[in-house]
Amino acid sequence: MKPAARMRLWGMIRKESLQILRDPSSISIAFIMPVVLLFLFGYGVSLDAKHIPIGIVIEQPDTATQSLAGAFESSEFFRPRHFDAIQSAQQALDKRQIDGIIWLRNNFSTRLLAGNEAPIGVIINGVDSNQANITQGYIQGTWLAWLEHYAASRGQPLLIPVSLEQRVWFNAALSSRLFLVPGLIAIIMTLIGSLLTAMVVAREWERGTMETLMVSPLHRGEILAGKLIPYFVLGMGGMLFSVALAVWQFDIPLRGSFWLLMLSSALFMLVALAIGLLISIVSKNQFVAGQVAIIVTFLPAFILSGFLFDINSMPDWIQFITLLVPARYFVAILQTLFLAGDVWPVVLANMGALCLMLLFFFFLVWRKFNKRLE
Amino acid sequence: MYFRQIFALAIKEFLALLRDKRSRFVIIGPPIVQLLVFGFAATYDLNDVPVAIYNEDRGGAARELVSRIEGSPNFQVVAYISHDSETAPLIDNRDVLLVLHIGQHFSADLLRDNSAQLQVILDGRNSNTAMIAMNYLRTILLDYNRYWQASQGEGASLVSLQTRTWYNENLQSRWFIVPGIVGLLTLVVTIMVTALSVAREREAGTFDQLLVTPLRPVEILIGKAIPGMVIGLLDATLIIVLMAIFFDIPLRGSLGALYLGLVLFLLSAVGIGLMISAIAVTQQQAVLGAFLFLVPAVILSGFSTPIANMPELVQWLTYIDPLRYFLVVVRGVTLEGDGYALLVHQYWPMAIIGVTSLAIAAWLFRSRMY
Repeated sequence: MKPAARMRLWGMIRKESLQILRDPSSISIAFIMPVVLLFLFGYGVSLDAKHIPIGIVIEQPDTATQSLAGAFESSEFFRPRHFDAIQSAQQALDKRQIDGIIWLRNNFSTRLLAGNEAPIGVIINGVDSNQANITQGYIQGTWLAWLEHYAASRGQPLLIPVSLEQRVWFNAALSSRLFLVPGLIAIIMTLIGSLLTAMVVAREWERGTMETLMVSPLHRGEILAGKLIPYFVLGMGGMLFSVALAVWQFDIPLRGSFWLLMLSSALFMLVALAIGLLISIVSKNQFVAGQVAIIVTFLPAFILSGFLFDINSMPDWIQFITLLVPARYFVAILQTLFLAGDVWPVVLANMGALCLMLLFFFFLVWRKFNKRLE
Repeated sequence: MYFRQIFALAIKEFLALLRDKRSRFVIIGPPIVQLLVFGFAATYDLNDVPVAIYNEDRGGAARELVSRIEGSPNFQVVAYISHDSETAPLIDNRDVLLVLHIGQHFSADLLRDNSAQLQVILDGRNSNTAMIAMNYLRTILLDYNRYWQASQGEGASLVSLQTRTWYNENLQSRWFIVPGIVGLLTLVVTIMVTALSVAREREAGTFDQLLVTPLRPVEILIGKAIPGMVIGLLDATLIIVLMAIFFDIPLRGSLGALYLGLVLFLLSAVGIGLMISAIAVTQQQAVLGAFLFLVPAVILSGFSTPIANMPELVQWLTYIDPLRYFLVVVRGVTLEGDGYALLVHQYWPMAIIGVTSLAIAAWLFRSRMY
């Protein structure tokens, strides 16, 4: 690089860095956002239910119904409330005071003792279907345990034909934090990379300073590099900070190689920056740039990346759309590197996809960014 | 009050927002696209979970079990393996989510002792998906056990559970998520529209001019709030109509109760948006501020994970999140068939949040001069 060119590029980088440093909001999105998000997700969000409020309706109390109610009362998954009649329990369900009802009809014990089938009525509020499934599972578990206990107390052990022994690899305790936190890093990086840069070039257009840059001797490549480099540094700083928080604050194991993680993060960061630049070049207006950045980067990273919802279960045409979401590849890399280790086929395939996206978006940025007035 | 002036200011705000073709587009286009894409994408229900079967047993019981898994719409058997060492690569490379291992003596054990064990190995990288897949497998087994007991001439156990689910009878997670998306998109559009409205004028320097006009800060506030309310209302209506058309979400309750909730929700969203706007000096700060509000607001609203599972301290925080209340209103009206009476406790907190945030915004208008 010629000395003059080096000086021009350096000047541009200096200007952008000063702009970042002067506006506290840029720094805060790189360092405060990760803390807020990681703490919210790490501590606040959980798919593991406890103390589910349920209603128990016992129409005719006796020893059998008492022992069944006791099984629910002693379980840490439930917080039972007693009702005398099914109507009042149903009203409580309507008012969302309880999530489910266990209903023992008045002939429960007599039928049980007579050796007839004695069904237990269960009503569950299904609005949150995922939660309803979990509640149903817990009710089944408590019921089975009681059944076993009841059979044993009468001297006839309960036999279950086929039972299941489950082994979960990578996350033996099935703790949702272990998969949410690595996925979250992809979302934070998307925010830093795309949202921040999307605003940057749009601001130059809106304020008219882009015209000043155009008449300067800076080349197209130098303007772009000058914009990218400071934000790349900022983004990687935010990344390192998030990884440190994940490992030391949330005890997420990092089973893969740290350098491979950095390499793939740098690659993803460049893709996110390129998308941010493209958005700002096309929109030229901070309102539009902000909206578009949220719509095409943040929300897809949240919903279409496999971070929370399983991609394989989406309809085919949406699975096709997810191929265009860079966060999808990065989430796969992060979850694998953190929890499983250096699984080369997964990491290489996803990094290859990110490389292709990088080339594609840089090509578009190069084409769209003209040093010309319209 | 100078109604004509406020009206004129509101018109000016609309023009500032809608004059630009791209701005017009981002208010209408993306919510539609997002509702459709996210509505179909955001589901916890799994289908075609890739499975590998490692069957060492040649007995009939094992064959019956395998054919039940092959026939399930939730699972798709992609590999049959014959050696233990094949398990690790399949799971590591994400080719399968779970491997079902049927041991050599499975059928024999089942016939002799009436009890046998199966082994399943799951990829826990996404623990929620793993848990859901496990539940599907359990349901198949429960069914299988009943079949086995019947075929052995034993009655099923005396006590059985008869489960019914209310409101979302088939437990489709789409019925839960899509009404949530209505709240989510309405909030995003309204906050973005209002958060930038003052910041834009500050950056251009026209806000000072506005302050020296005869309009009082409260009147400026009203003029700025009207476009947010109107656009939010129109967008939400559009999304609700699309929701009913494309996703077959029932509308069992009262439409009036839904719109009362919507207006209060928009009031609080507009208030918070204007508050962010009044604090921000530049548009960039306003967008980032909007973000710092939106992301926690969505996460803590119960949109995707239940509030009841959060730690107590975080649960307290959710009380200042207007989306929390509106989600109950949308889901209550669409699925549970609620009317005004059952939703009162959702209405008044939103009204308080709205009035408080608007008051703070008005105060900030006056006190933050640059």
